[in-house]
Amino acid sequence: MKRHCSKLIGFLVACAASTGVCLAQTSSPPLTVSNADNAWMLVSSALVLMMTGPGLALFYGGLVRSKNVLSVMMQSFAMMAIITLLWAFVSYSLAFDSGTSFIGGLHHAFMRDIALTPDADYGSTIPVQTFMIYQLMFAIITPALITGAFAERMKFSAMAVFLILWSIVVYSPMAHMVWGKGGLLNAALGGAIPTLDFAGGTVVHITSGVSALVCAIYLGKRLGYPQEPARPHSMVLSFIGACLLWVGWFGFNAGSALSSGSLATSAFINTHFAAAAAAAAWAGIEWIRNGKPSALGAISGSVAGLVAITPAAGFVQPMSAIVIGLAAGILCYLMVAKVKQMFGYDDALDAFGVHGAGGTLGAILTGVFASSTINPVFKDSAGNVLPSGLIEGNGHQLLNQLGGVAIAWVISIVGTLILLFLVDKTIGLRVLPSDEIEGLDLALHGEEGYERAS
Amino acid sequence: MQKIEAVIQPSKLDAVKAALIEIGITGMTIVEARGHGRQKGHTEFYRGREYSVDLLPKIKIDLAVSDELAENVIRAILSAARTGKIGDGKIFVSKIDQVIRIRNDERGESAL
Repeated sequence: MKRHCSKLIGFLVACAASTGVCLAQTSSPPLTVSNADNAWMLVSSALVLMMTGPGLALFYGGLVRSKNVLSVMMQSFAMMAIITLLWAFVSYSLAFDSGTSFIGGLHHAFMRDIALTPDADYGSTIPVQTFMIYQLMFAIITPALITGAFAERMKFSAMAVFLILWSIVVYSPMAHMVWGKGGLLNAALGGAIPTLDFAGGTVVHITSGVSALVCAIYLGKRLGYPQEPARPHSMVLSFIGACLLWVGWFGFNAGSALSSGSLATSAFINTHFAAAAAAAAWAGIEWIRNGKPSALGAISGSVAGLVAITPAAGFVQPMSAIVIGLAAGILCYLMVAKVKQMFGYDDALDAFGVHGAGGTLGAILTGVFASSTINPVFKDSAGNVLPSGLIEGNGHQLLNQLGGVAIAWVISIVGTLILLFLVDKTIGLRVLPSDEIEGLDLALHGEEGYERAS
Repeated sequence: MQKIEAVIQPSKLDAVKAALIEIGITGMTIVEARGHGRQKGHTEFYRGREYSVDLLPKIKIDLAVSDELAENVIRAILSAARTGKIGDGKIFVSKIDQVIRIRNDERGESAL
C-alpha cells in the first residue's frame, strides 16, 4: 500500500500556511482521480482475478487426477462467484470500514457510501470503488488457495460454507489489521505493531497456507495416500496455470502500489526477479538431487518466489528480491519434498509448503531487506525518513514483522479449527469413500472433465 | 480364419502399417494400450516424491485374415516391428469362429 501520510500532511501544511483556516474545516477538499492510476488499477484488478480463473484453476487442476479436475476448478470458480457476493454484502465493510483495530464496522455493507472519489488512506488518486474491486480480487484468491490442501476429498457444499465463514472470520479481520483504517498491524496508518506487508504476504499467503495445513490434518489423508501414487494428470495445464499466475502477479504486487508511478515499477521488477530466482533455485536443486530438473519443480519454484516477494515487493531493492527468491525456492522445495514426507500430512497441492512457508519467509525477510529509498514508509514527527529494515540498521522492524506473522498464524489456526469443527458437525466435511474412488467430478458435479468415449 | 493381435512399440506403428499395406492387408483396428512384459517401467519425480510407472504405452493391432495370408502377415509384422530390444512386443494368433460384415450381413471369408 502506498504511503500517503506524507502527501496528506504536506497538503494540510500547505493549506494551513496559505489560508490559516484549512485545519479548522471538518473535511479537506476532495482528492482528484488520476486516470493513469485508475487505468492501471483496473487492469491490475483484472490481472488478479485472472490469477484465480484460470490461473489457479489450471495450476491446481493439472496436478490432480483427471477424475477430479473439474471439482478443483469448480472450487476456484465458486470463490469467484460466492466471495464477490459476500464482499458486496458484508466482508468489504468488515475489512475496510473503520471500526476497531481488529475489524471494521458495517457502514459499507451492501456497498453503502463507497465513493467514486479517492480516500487518502485507500489510494489518494483512485476512486474508493476501484480500491474496493481491487481488494475483492484478493479476497477471492485467498480462500481459493486453501482448496489445494483438501483437494480430491472435500464436499463441495462443506467447502463453500467453510470458506464463506473463513472469509468473514479470518480474511476480513486480517485484511483490516494490515490494510484497514486503524488496523493493529497497519504500518502506513500508524498501527501499534506496524507490519510491512505490501501485497499480502501475511493477509493472503500465511492465512491461506496455514489454514490449508489445518484443513489437511483435520480432514485426513486421501484414500491410498501415500502408498498409491496420485500423479498430476496434466502437467501441461499446470504449466499454463503457473505462467498465468506469474503474469497475473504483476497486478497482485505492482497494483498494490495503488498507483502507476515508480513504486509500481519497483514492485513489478521485484516480483519478476524473485520469481525467476526461485524457479532457478528449485529446478537447480532437483537437477542436483534427482539428476533432472522437472517442469513441475521449475513452476513450483516460481510460485514460491512470487509468494515470498509478495510482502516485500514495494519495499526492497531488486537484488534483495533475487535473494528472497533464491531463499524461497530452497525453503519451499525442502518443505514440499522433505518436511511433508517427514510429518506425513496430506497437503495435496502443497498450499502450506508453498504459501504458508513462503509467506512466512517473505514476511520475515521483508523486515530484513526493507529499504526506505524504495519506499519511505516510516517517518518521524518532523517528516524525516526513518530506516525501514535491518539492512538500514532498523532491527526493530524484524520484531514487528514477527508480530504480524504470529498474529496471522494464530488467527488462521484458531479460526480454521473452529470453523472446520462447526461445518463438520453440521454438514460433514468429507465425501464418502465410494465418491472419492469414483471421482468428485462425477460424484459431486455429474460431469466428466474429458470425454471418455462418445 | 485367424485373428492376429500384435502388441508393438508405438514408434513402430507407421512401419508396421506400411508393411501390412504392402502385402495387401486393407483393414485393421488400432488400439492405444498400456502394458509391459519383461520390460521395466520408469520412475517419475513430482515434488520430491518418486512414482514408479509400470504401465508403458503400447499399440495393439487387431487383424482378421484368411488362413493362407496369416503367415505372410506375421512375417511382415515381425520384420517391421522388431528392434531387437526388450519391449518389442508379442503377436497372438487365434482362430476366429465367424466374421460378419455389418453393412450387408455378409459372412465368412468373403467378409474379411
